Amino acid sequence: MTAFLARLLGRLPIGYLQLMHHPGRLLAALAGVAFANVLVFVQLGLAGSMAESVAIPYRLFQPDLLIISPAESESLSDASTLPRQRMFQALVHPDVTGGTPIYMGRSTWISGNDASSSIQFFGLEPDAGPFVHEALAAPLISLSLSDTALVDTLTRFVDMRGFAAAHPEAPVPFEMQGRQLGAIGTVSIGGGFGGDGVFLVSDQTFFQLFPQRSSATPSHILLALDPGADPGRVATELAQLYPPDAVRIRTVTQAMEQEVRYQMTERPTGLIFAFGVVIGIIVGIVIAYQVLSADVADHIREYATFKAMGFRQGFFVGIILEEAIILAAIGFWPGLALSELFYRSLAYLTNIPIFMTPDRAVAVFIGTIIACAMSGVLAMRKLAAAEPADLF
Amino acid sequence: MTETAIEVTALEHFFGDGEARKQALFDVNLAVARGSLTVLMGPSGSGKTTLLTLMGCLREVHAGSVRLLDRELFQSDEISRIDMRRRLGFIFQAHNLHDSLTARQNVMMGLQVHGRGDPKRHALAADHLLDLLGLGQRLDYLPGNLSGGQKQRVAIARALASNPDIIFADEPTAALDKVSGLAAVRLFKDLGRARGTTTVMVTHDPRILDLADRVVTLEDGRIVEDRAGTARNNASTAPA
Ligand SMILES: Nc1ncnc2c1ncn2[C@@H]1O[C@H](COP(=O)(O)OP(=O)(O)O)[C@@H](O)[C@H]1O
Ligand SMILES: [Mg+2]
Repeated sequence: MTAFLARLLGRLPIGYLQLMHHPGRLLAALAGVAFANVLVFVQLGLAGSMAESVAIPYRLFQPDLLIISPAESESLSDASTLPRQRMFQALVHPDVTGGTPIYMGRSTWISGNDASSSIQFFGLEPDAGPFVHEALAAPLISLSLSDTALVDTLTRFVDMRGFAAAHPEAPVPFEMQGRQLGAIGTVSIGGGFGGDGVFLVSDQTFFQLFPQRSSATPSHILLALDPGADPGRVATELAQLYPPDAVRIRTVTQAMEQEVRYQMTERPTGLIFAFGVVIGIIVGIVIAYQVLSADVADHIREYATFKAMGFRQGFFVGIILEEAIILAAIGFWPGLALSELFYRSLAYLTNIPIFMTPDRAVAVFIGTIIACAMSGVLAMRKLAAAEPADLF
Repeated sequence: MTETAIEVTALEHFFGDGEARKQALFDVNLAVARGSLTVLMGPSGSGKTTLLTLMGCLREVHAGSVRLLDRELFQSDEISRIDMRRRLGFIFQAHNLHDSLTARQNVMMGLQVHGRGDPKRHALAADHLLDLLGLGQRLDYLPGNLSGGQKQRVAIARALASNPDIIFADEPTAALDKVSGLAAVRLFKDLGRARGTTTVMVTHDPRILDLADRVVTLEDGRIVEDRAGTARNNASTAPA
């Protein structure tokens, strides 16, 4: 290792040798870096998982454009509605080939042993097949049978094993909103931060479950466009058909990104994650600084000697950065391993979609190196105390 | 290059400011010939170390002139003093070895100050020098596992490694036993002869005085005596 680093650096790897010479200090530093990494990974994991769970319901649909209400909120599951009239207005546009309303409502499912889950209902016209994920098109048709539903096998807090065999010929009965329903199929969506599971029903069943809702006021409107049409251009042209601020028109991707941004920057949870990341970074910088500056202080006479020998400032900067990068590059791995463990436990316990992504691992690795280097830069101020004239 | 390695003219030095201002050197004049061994003597507090650090570019020269290897140090900037120091070797009272580096690695640092080089060749040169100083069996020892005398010899090897033009030493043999102390100073002398290395050394060791070309005595910041040493070969002694 020494020989390899010596060749890499073009000098003896003094920083490496210094760190190895004090194993206790090295271990403390690595534990600190790993701990900071875990803090950051956990926060980023939760934030990523929130983004992921925001995205999941959007992936059920594949319209070209989405018309949503102009209400403040940016969330798909928000309670705001808009007049179905907006859909008919859009159909006038020559490039709009079809439209379908979707109705959304939330309900609590009390299952046997006083466990309860918050269920997000999507009510869709049974012939809305072209607007939904291919895998849903066929089951959707079966929903035209009144009081049937597709239930979420990943629903949190409920034992869904009994629903695995649900089929249109063999509906599995359950009760919700005081109504007897039959599960005729399943989806695998799972809980996010806003709910514990997602159930799909026909629009007619939806109105039975939520009698206060009317077919005239859907939650959103999905539009299909002529394959050759540019969604961006059509969106702009559609906007001109409506009174100002009557609707917002987005592609699914735009709407999804908008909601992620909204959840991250305007909702308390998102801000807590950001705050957590900052805390993690500060903890890492402080711990690495403590170790690096203690190391400089311990070697002040040696550094003064090197100064007397004619080594320039850059040499000392190099040693400290070498130490910083070694701490970052080694401490990162136990941090990554622990975080992976944490993700898996959390995913297992809560069903939220939390997992390591290569992008995140690389970003945190680079961030760790930068943070440790910053600690090194702070620790360098201590170098000024190395005064070669005092050595004699 | 002239035959004078160090030329000190009307050098004064002060420590502190205002009330606490204290003069440590008064009108010091000294010319040290290339390749010579000059010994500085004098009671404690007489200014020997101060003079050494000024000549060794470790302190800024505020008043008077120090010409070192034909360069004026008066009002020189930090960078040029650092570069100058690469041509010098220092042996301190304390060995100041790096505790995480082996004897060999400590000596190699003396070579690496000159920039990237072949580490294998650096290691060979270090081994050779340590061998000369009787440490051939201790190459891979950390300073923590060496005796005081052995550490000081490693420090001497480090100072000699980069083939300096001038060696400054402050009581370098204090930690050495009779035999190795004398051996180390003989090595300085031999190097001086072979390479033209100049040595300025603070010492009270009478045996070393016998090897000196010149003995300068300081008292209260002034040179009170400047005489030829008792070394048999005094050919390189500069005129006083
Ligand atoms: N860094 C310093 N600050 C203030 N006074 C100093 C400093 N270094 C040396 N002195 C003073 O300068 C005088 C000469 O000191 P020094 O050169 O160390 O003498 P020597 O090496 O001959 O014992 C002493 O009176 C000492 O107290
Ligand atoms: Mg002294």
